[in-house]
Amino acid sequence: MNIFARSIASLGSQVRTAIMGLGAFTRLLFALLGRSGTALSRFGLVSQQIHFIGNHSLLIISVSGLFVGFVLGLQGYYTLSRYGSEQALGLLVALSLTRELGPVVTALLFAGRAGTSLTAEIGLMKAGEQIAAMEVMAVDPLRRVLVPRFWGGVIAMPILATVFSMVGVIGGWVVGVVMIGVDPGIFWSQMQDGVDVFNDVLNGVIKSVVFGIAVTMIALYCGWTSRPTPEGVARATTRTVVISSLVVLGLDFVLTALMFGN
Amino acid sequence: MRRLNLRVHHAYAELKVMTANTSPAAQNPLVEFHDVTLGYGDVTVLRNITAQLGPGQVVALMGGSGSGKTTLLRAATGQITAQKGLIRVFGHDMSQLQGEELRAIRQRMGVLFQQGALFTDLNVFENVAFPLREHTRVSEEQVLERVLETLDAVGLRTAAHLAVSEISGGMARRVALARAIVLEPELILYDEPFAGLDPISLGITARLIRDMTNRLHCASILITHDVQESFAIADYVYMVGQGRMIAHGTPEQLSASNDPYVRQFLDGAPDGPIAFRYPDSPRFDEWLARRKGRS
Repeated sequence: MNIFARSIASLGSQVRTAIMGLGAFTRLLFALLGRSGTALSRFGLVSQQIHFIGNHSLLIISVSGLFVGFVLGLQGYYTLSRYGSEQALGLLVALSLTRELGPVVTALLFAGRAGTSLTAEIGLMKAGEQIAAMEVMAVDPLRRVLVPRFWGGVIAMPILATVFSMVGVIGGWVVGVVMIGVDPGIFWSQMQDGVDVFNDVLNGVIKSVVFGIAVTMIALYCGWTSRPTPEGVARATTRTVVISSLVVLGLDFVLTALMFGN
Repeated sequence: MRRLNLRVHHAYAELKVMTANTSPAAQNPLVEFHDVTLGYGDVTVLRNITAQLGPGQVVALMGGSGSGKTTLLRAATGQITAQKGLIRVFGHDMSQLQGEELRAIRQRMGVLFQQGALFTDLNVFENVAFPLREHTRVSEEQVLERVLETLDAVGLRTAAHLAVSEISGGMARRVALARAIVLEPELILYDEPFAGLDPISLGITARLIRDMTNRLHCASILITHDVQESFAIADYVYMVGQGRMIAHGTPEQLSASNDPYVRQFLDGAPDGPIAFRYPDSPRFDEWLARRKGRS
C-alpha cells in the first residue's frame, strides 16, 4: 500500500513538474513574442544569428540532403521498376522531399547542430554571470539575447529545409538519371506536372516554419532553465536534442494529418 | 609596508572603531542600508546591517570568504531583496522597484563582476561598447573614441580587437573594469577588482578607481580582500563576518584597532575569531561513518 501510494505520489509529482514546465515554456514564448517588436527594430542582431545558425548549418544540411537524395533515387527506382513506373522517379523524389523529408530531416539535423549550440551558449552565459551582468546593466537579456536567436532560428529553418530539398532532388537526379539511366526529360516533366506549389511546396514550408519555432524555442528554453554548472549545461543540451526530436516527429504527424488528410 | 606605517602612525590615536551599527554621516547618501537582513530563501547570510555611502566616497567592504560581501552587492543592485530592513539607492526603496523603474536605477550604476562576466560572443571592443550601444544614441565615431579612451585608461587600447578567449584572466578583469566605467556612472560597484591582477596592474587599477571617483564625484563600493590597496584608496571601510557587521571606520581607525577580528583579518593571522577550518557537523560525521563502513 505504501509503495502504491508512493508510486502515485511520484507520478503526480512528475505530471505536475511537466505541466509547470509547459507553463513556463509558454510564458517564455509569449515573453519573446511580446519583446519581438523592439528587438526586430535592431535587425542586425537577428541577421547575425541567421548567419550563425544558418550558415554554420549549411554544410551538414547540404551533405545530408545529397545523401538522402541518393538513397531516394535508388530505393525509388527499385520499387517503381517493379511496377514499370520508373518514369515517376522524379515525382517520387520531389514529393518525398518537399512534403516530408526536407522539413523533418532538416529539423532533426537543426536540433543536433544549431539547437545544441544555442542551448550551450545560453547555459554558459548563465554560468559565466553574463546574463546577470546584463540584468544589472539594465539590459533585458530576453530582448537582447533570446529574441534575436529565436527569430534567427525561425527564419533560418525554412531556408535550410528548402536547400535540403533542392540538393536532395539533385541527388535523386544524379542516381536516377546519370547513374541508372532514367530519361531526364521524363524525370523533370513528371516532377513539374505532379508537384503543386501550394499543396506540396507551401505546406512543406509551413511545416519547416512550425518546426523552426518548436526546435528554436526548445533549445532556448533548455538553455535558459539550465543549471549554471558544466553538468547542468551538458544535461540541457542532451534534453534539447531528445525533446526536439520527439516534438518534431509528433508535430509532423499532426501537420501531415491536417494538411494532407481528407 | 604601507599598512605597517599606517599602524605605527596611528598607534597613539584614540580607538574610534565602531563595533555598533552606526555609520559615517554622508551628505545626500547614494546608497543606504538601514538595519538590513539579507539571505537566500530560508537562509540568512547577514543580519542588521547599517551602512551608507555618499558621492565622491570610496567605501571598502571587507570580510572573509563566504562572509556575505557579494550578497550586499546583490542587494544594492536589486538582484535580491532584503528579508528585513530598508535599502535605498539614489533615494529609492529597492524593494518597491520593478521593471522599468529598476532598469532606470541600474542605468546609473556600473558593476564589475567577480568573474568579469565578459560577453564571450563579443570581442574586447564590443564588450566595452556594449553599455554605450544599449543606453545611448552616440555615433559610431563617438563610440570608437570613448571606448578606446576607456581601454587606454586600463592599459588595453591596443587589445581592442582581441576576442575574449584570447586575453588573460587579468586582462579580462581590466576589460570588465573598462566596461563598468565607460558610461561614467554615479555609483560603481567593484566585486574583487584586484583579484588575479599582477602588482603593476593592481596599483594602476587602485589609482584608477580613486581618480575616477574624484573626477566624476561618483560613489564607489569596493568588495575586496586586499587590505593594502583598498586601505590606500578607501575613505571608509566596513568589515563583515559571522553574519553581521563586525567593525567599521576609516582605514586609519581600523589599522589602529585592537578588535581581535579586525586584527586577525588585517594581520592575516591563522588563529583568532575567524575560523580557518570549516566547522564539524553531524552530516560530516554521518558521511565519514558511512565511508569508513564501506572500506
